[in-house]
Amino acid sequence: MRVTRKYRFSASHRLHAPSLSDAGNEELYGKCNNPYGHGHNYEIEVSARGPVEERSGRVIDPRALDRLVEEQVLQAFDNKNLNAESAVFHNVVPTTENLAREIHRRLQANWRAAFPAPWPVLDKIRIAETPRNIFEVSENEQA
Amino acid sequence: MLITKRVEFSASHVCRNPALSDRENEELFGAAANPHGHGHNYVIEVTMEGEPDPVSGMVLDLKKLKDVVNREVIEAYDHRFLNYEVEPFNRVVPTPENIAVDIWKRLEPSLSKDGGRLHAIRVYETPDLYVDYFGETA
Repeated sequence: MRVTRKYRFSASHRLHAPSLSDAGNEELYGKCNNPYGHGHNYEIEVSARGPVEERSGRVIDPRALDRLVEEQVLQAFDNKNLNAESAVFHNVVPTTENLAREIHRRLQANWRAAFPAPWPVLDKIRIAETPRNIFEVSENEQA
Repeated sequence: MLITKRVEFSASHVCRNPALSDRENEELFGAAANPHGHGHNYVIEVTMEGEPDPVSGMVLDLKKLKDVVNREVIEAYDHRFLNYEVEPFNRVVPTPENIAVDIWKRLEPSLSKDGGRLHAIRVYETPDLYVDYFGETA
């Protein structure tokens, strides 16, 4: 059984690869390379997987998941400038591919502290940068 | 190919395991254990898997699927207090997980006849919380 919870945050970013020239960045990223940056209302879906626990009738305690996401994701990214305020994006372009990986990494790294039992496990992360651009990272897919 | 029918119902429930004390239920479920209950606009997605019939061009008739879902699930669940009025939720906590399992059990016998095979049940308790059940046994 898979349980999915949806969260939202708003953040700004600028797509700019330091290894490329200004012209190269402009050509690669277009409007997303605007030096002042721009923002999105991100929507993330966090999916957990496991058997239904008999006592609670649940796969996961949604309150515990909310706490984990609040601490690891929303506090880090909500109403922030990703390039300026998140150490990981000082050297990595904050594309939503890279943001999805970073969110997956943060949740995976802190998952066992929040959920010490063998189940549930983190199944996948899905991020909509806009309602039309959607990115997904699954368990064991991290490079 | 997967095809999905979406239907809605509204119902009240309380997250309470009758085998546990009030205090244990409060710890386990928080506000959802309020004994007076509370309600949701649930959304169900029933996903069938199969190949389109060469004559009809359909995996199965979505109108028939809707009729089955209405007869087996919506008539039982809609505008009910699940814990008091719908089996098996007098014994089983009506979490979205358990609702998905119950919907699968209600639908599966009727849906194995007319082409296609039941693939998944998705239950949205709110737009921000949903479960997917694929018929696996724990």
